[in-house]
Amino acid sequence: MTTKSSSVRAGGKGARGGGRRRTGSTAPASGRPATEAAELVQLLTPEGERAEHPDYSIDLTPEQLRDRYRDMVMVRRFDGEAVTLQRQGELGLWASLLGQEAAQIGSARAMRPDDYVFPTYREHGVAWCRDVDPLTLMGMFRGVSHGGWDPNENNFHLYTIVIGSQTLHAVGYAMGIAKDGADAAVTAYFGDGASSQGDVSEAFNFASVYNSPVVFFCQNNQWAISEPTERQFRVPLYQRAAGFGFPGVRVDGNDVLAVEAVTRWALDHARSGGGPVLVEAYTYRMGAHTTTDDPSRYRLSAEQEQWKLKDPIARLKALLTREGIADHDWFETVDAEAEQLAKRLRDGVRSMPNPEPSSLIFDNVYTEPHALVDEERAAYRRFAESLADAEQEGGR
Amino acid sequence: MATETMPLMKAINAGLRKALEEDPKTLLMGEDVGRLGGVFRVTDGLYKDFGEERVVDTPLAESGIVGTAIGLALRGYRPILEIQFDGFVYPAFDQITTQLAKMHARALGKLRMPVTIRMPYGGGIGSVEHHSESPEAYFAHTAGLRVVSPSDSSDAYWMLQQAVRSDDPVLYLEPKRRYWQKGALDTAAEPSIGLHQARVHRPFEGDAPADLTLIAYGPMVKTCLDAAAAAAAEGRRLEVVDLRSISPIDFDTVQACVEASGRALVVHEAPVFGAIGGEVAARITERCFYSLEAPVLRVGGYHAPYPPAKAEEEYLPGVDRVLEAVDRSMAY
Ligand SMILES: Cc1ncc(C[n+]2csc(CCOP(=O)(O)OP(=O)(O)O)c2C)c(N)n1
Ligand SMILES: [Mg+2]
Repeated sequence: MTTKSSSVRAGGKGARGGGRRRTGSTAPASGRPATEAAELVQLLTPEGERAEHPDYSIDLTPEQLRDRYRDMVMVRRFDGEAVTLQRQGELGLWASLLGQEAAQIGSARAMRPDDYVFPTYREHGVAWCRDVDPLTLMGMFRGVSHGGWDPNENNFHLYTIVIGSQTLHAVGYAMGIAKDGADAAVTAYFGDGASSQGDVSEAFNFASVYNSPVVFFCQNNQWAISEPTERQFRVPLYQRAAGFGFPGVRVDGNDVLAVEAVTRWALDHARSGGGPVLVEAYTYRMGAHTTTDDPSRYRLSAEQEQWKLKDPIARLKALLTREGIADHDWFETVDAEAEQLAKRLRDGVRSMPNPEPSSLIFDNVYTEPHALVDEERAAYRRFAESLADAEQEGGR
Repeated sequence: MATETMPLMKAINAGLRKALEEDPKTLLMGEDVGRLGGVFRVTDGLYKDFGEERVVDTPLAESGIVGTAIGLALRGYRPILEIQFDGFVYPAFDQITTQLAKMHARALGKLRMPVTIRMPYGGGIGSVEHHSESPEAYFAHTAGLRVVSPSDSSDAYWMLQQAVRSDDPVLYLEPKRRYWQKGALDTAAEPSIGLHQARVHRPFEGDAPADLTLIAYGPMVKTCLDAAAAAAAEGRRLEVVDLRSISPIDFDTVQACVEASGRALVVHEAPVFGAIGGEVAARITERCFYSLEAPVLRVGGYHAPYPPAKAEEEYLPGVDRVLEAVDRSMAY
């Protein structure tokens, strides 16, 4: 699959946005740079060489570059550990992010702490950047919670499994930010498959109509379970934004530098009153859809082999090495740290206590007491106690 | 010749194959039903044998799946849809309830909606959110839809034929935790039992009336049969009415059973409040009032979101909860 052009600009945006700009904006009023790019935005080639782009650039310090590498390695390691734990029966399911590390780390590191994130169920790398403990993520896939983290603690919403729903929540949140006159922005993650859902089109439209500070971040990983993108759209996805009246950009999703540069621009654009942006991170789901899936039934391994050559971590490693930003010892330290993380998670998952069922079932259904829930909880407890008594008697 | 033992899901697969073979206007539509053969492999092999015109991988949009099926039906097709999981039917709720269900009535009978919607439902498979729900009450509440749920391989096959042949929309609910449950299927002889008739199991010795009537459908039929077997070992006679159809319900069969036993217990996975059990209980009270020895009891899910997998065993009705309710009924 090849890509032709990378950016479509919505006409008349500046005029339309006029008078609606919020205070405290930091980005240039003109929105994104003017030059039309002919290519997928890329700042780091698969070989790990820096590339120029007329519209986007990024200047990360050596330390930041090492941080991005470290993030990606840690995330890949714990993702792999989760797959193993699922195979061992410790998790019920896992949706691997393998191959999408750059798309997630690059976009998440472009955000500010006061930005708000609405993830799908695969954003473990974004969760990592928002300081959600991977052990908590694993708890969800183990079946001890439906999430387990406090979304407001890290401005990271719960995972949403119903495809597309969260894009509307993101727009609503962004509408609230705009009403408050705050200068934060929202990122709504979604997949190529999700782009078919009505909710996603409605989200695009609401965001456009209200000029909401939201970045729609699509990880086009080429597959929605077994369905290739031709089943979801017949024009490149990023171009869809133009029809809704906001800019769309296609970025190399395996290039952490380009993703961060484009997302930073998009967030600044949104934050400074420019309205929504659609970022299509062009990437690949290297693993199965989830641990229950068998991709050999519907796709060729040759495709995967092609994408292996574009690996996000290998290319940053090549850059760090070439530019003398990191050496062998440093890479080893990161690997060792990743192993330690994996061990902590392995031990943590294996010793994770099961919550008390009645609290898991009945607590938090409502904010205030509810007669029916109270009655059923009491009945449940009576029944559970009678079972326990019967077992004790049986044991005697 | 034709009697075979096969898992329930294979019986559905065979049933779909038969439907595709028999009527060129049938077609399968859904997410991942084609090349993959569905996330549970229920449509395995059909794409290969019938091609992409008959076995259609759709865009990821449930409203789109049902909405376009309505158009196809208007054009003379007989779509068989798959909703991948119970928890993902809601984007299509509008199309199902406001359009599909009402089209025949709105058109004064001039239009027909021969659409079958297959949907795995219910819990017990240790899955994540939205993959274990029992939303049948929403649909049973909607006039214009027929709602059925097989509990074994033979019904899975034959009820599917009847559903597909129906000129009304049929919601065909597949008990996903029983997909792997094996059962006999005779593909040569169509049983005489109709799509909306209940079936009575009396797994105990002798002709004396049952002590109590268990009423269930779909995944809970096996649970009730297990409970009946456990009770039989203690000398208690429990009969099991497999409703098979949730809309309409075969109240004649229910009535005959409860008039004889005097006691009834309805079991389903769905939360008890506002669900099928309440409807069944009310009808039994109306029809069998003078025969009842005890109030009709219900066992089901709780008024809470379906819990994380680690608590689902406690949430779902099991043999113990069924027998505990039987004891309560018998104590009257
Ligand atoms: C409304 C809804 N329908 C169906 C599903 C089942 N399902 C889970 S993931 C998925 C594919 C999603 O593909 P995409 O949006 O590309 O995201 P990816 O999994 O590739 O990250 C489907 C169909 C669902 N979760 N929600
Ligand atoms: Mg995808």
